[in-house]
Amino acid sequence: MPSNKSVSDAPIFQFTNCRILRNHELQREDLWVREGKILNPEKLFFDEKGSADIQLDCKDSIIAPGFIDVQINGGFGVDFSLATDDFKSGIDLVSQKILSHGVTSFCPTLVTSPPSVYHQILPQISVRNGGAHGAGILGVHLEGPFISKEKKGAHPERCLRTFEAGAFEDLLATYGSLDCVRIVTLAPEMQRSSEVIRELTQRGICVSLGHSVANLSQAEEAVRQGATFITHLFNAMLPFHHRDPGIVGLLTSDKIPAGRRVFYGMISDGIHTNPAALRIAHRAHPKGLVLVTDAIAGMGLAPGRHTLGQQVVEIDGLNTYIAGTKTLSGSVATMDTCVRHFLEATGCSVETALEAASLHPAQLLGIEHEKGTLNYDSDADFLMLSDSLYVQATYIAGECVWRRDTSGM
Amino acid sequence: MRLVILEDYDQASEWAAKYICNRIIQFKPSQGKYFTLGLPTGNTPLGCYKKLIEYHKNGDLSFKYVKTFNMDEYVGLPRNHPESYHSYMWNNFFKHIDIDPNNAHILDGNAPDLQAECDAFEKKIEEAGGIDLFVGGIGPDGHIAFNEPGSSLSSRTRLKTLAMDTILANAKYFDGDLSKVPTMALTVGVGTVMDAREVMILITGAHKAFALYKAIEEGVNHMWTVSAFQQHPRTIFVCDEDATLELRVKTVKYFKG
Repeated sequence: MPSNKSVSDAPIFQFTNCRILRNHELQREDLWVREGKILNPEKLFFDEKGSADIQLDCKDSIIAPGFIDVQINGGFGVDFSLATDDFKSGIDLVSQKILSHGVTSFCPTLVTSPPSVYHQILPQISVRNGGAHGAGILGVHLEGPFISKEKKGAHPERCLRTFEAGAFEDLLATYGSLDCVRIVTLAPEMQRSSEVIRELTQRGICVSLGHSVANLSQAEEAVRQGATFITHLFNAMLPFHHRDPGIVGLLTSDKIPAGRRVFYGMISDGIHTNPAALRIAHRAHPKGLVLVTDAIAGMGLAPGRHTLGQQVVEIDGLNTYIAGTKTLSGSVATMDTCVRHFLEATGCSVETALEAASLHPAQLLGIEHEKGTLNYDSDADFLMLSDSLYVQATYIAGECVWRRDTSGM
Repeated sequence: MRLVILEDYDQASEWAAKYICNRIIQFKPSQGKYFTLGLPTGNTPLGCYKKLIEYHKNGDLSFKYVKTFNMDEYVGLPRNHPESYHSYMWNNFFKHIDIDPNNAHILDGNAPDLQAECDAFEKKIEEAGGIDLFVGGIGPDGHIAFNEPGSSLSSRTRLKTLAMDTILANAKYFDGDLSKVPTMALTVGVGTVMDAREVMILITGAHKAFALYKAIEEGVNHMWTVSAFQQHPRTIFVCDEDATLELRVKTVKYFKG
């Protein structure tokens, strides 16, 4: 039936025979899309006297908002911390490939690197919408170099820096530019970190605590100054201790300023965190859990040796270590694998698992009015999933940008 | 009148839905020849709407050439409020079927000139060629639509203040808070419904039994406005056993045939 042309000529799509994630539950409702946004069909019916131009039968799929990965270091042979001649085509490749994992928006992540690397790479990354070419780029996540020596993990020690010399000026000089930076991970126990956190927060950059030996008070102080995220909880920080819970204690801290929520990244690949620890975190603070992949260049490739910034890493199955050591360095898990593993390990509902990869990262970045939900007027970035949460199709701005082919690939 | 007595709510809903479905199919609606249906809201017709949706989804019934006119709508309630009759019709009926939005008419309780809105509604019914089948319910106080006790039996579409009985009955839809319940509504008149070529009234549940008794076994009376349909040439009352509890055994036996 033709729609009323007085408001918009654009075609109206009605996705039927599906269960959509809305208001924290799977509802048997149709999903309506027009001009790349989720449309309110009741408003369309009564105000515009409009109806669908094209109806698509989703064969009882689950429709969820597209996944948002806020910590991904590369994949498919591409390392975001390596300044190569064809860096741009590398980031394009990853953004295109991760569509099949259900990721519709991401934050390319750079690990601790020398200033020259930041100066070469950062100008080559720009915030951009997703589409058939690949997932959208929300901004860069800079993990380091202002982190703790004791908890450097896979980061190269020689590139670590402190704030002592010039605090924020030093940070700016190290990175070169903060134009498209979305998240900065730092260790809050460092001297003068408070002023840096304040300055970054004022500029709308999300400050994350990680690779740190901070105690709970230092972590709480950082949150007071504006920090809102914890980078891969449990990994590269002091373990939970019952008299000083450290950064992990933020999950149940009573010193979080009113109206604010602390989010925490979890790599639920089955390796970085024991399922029991995953469950403890989830049960303590379910609304703050953000699934991340922390994927490295080797993700999507065969086992063997790959680079991660200035280091060489070795992949064996799902395990990735600094070559020759037992130090974990990123993961090769894909986002949809993380979602499925999280579901299985915690026994949570499908809705909870899906929200940990969509709604929560959107809330962390303050973009939940456009992304991370299927609410009316938000961007039509969504996934069609099977009951066991395997991605069947990926849509960005209402356009199908990836579909599992029926041969089961 | 016809009084059709079914055993329970589900059977009554199904009978009513089948009747509507058959009426539409027999009419053979097409481009320029629309079947006009008057529609109610509330708890009673929910089962009937579900069945109609089922027939539509089975491919047996299309609403492409059906025009609908709802009986009433609250005044002053935002159109997208979950308790507005627009929301009710969208969620319980329109979103599941293939009706053209231009053919679904509901009074606008937020119109700047409410009487003009009512007059325009009467005009739309007239332009559509009148109503082929008006489906309605009955309130516990015997009202049809919002024609509360004391409404003229020749009334037309107009603004009405709601009776306390009605407000109390509606409170459950507004968190039990009386102050949140709308106090006025736009409604088709008794006369408007009487103009329909055929009328079907759905009545189920013991709490409606007294109203049914007053409507069909006592005289035509403006205190029980549904009684006006004793004077309509083609009216069917569809009810379940519980709704007949206040009727004389003789009446029930006669109609059970």
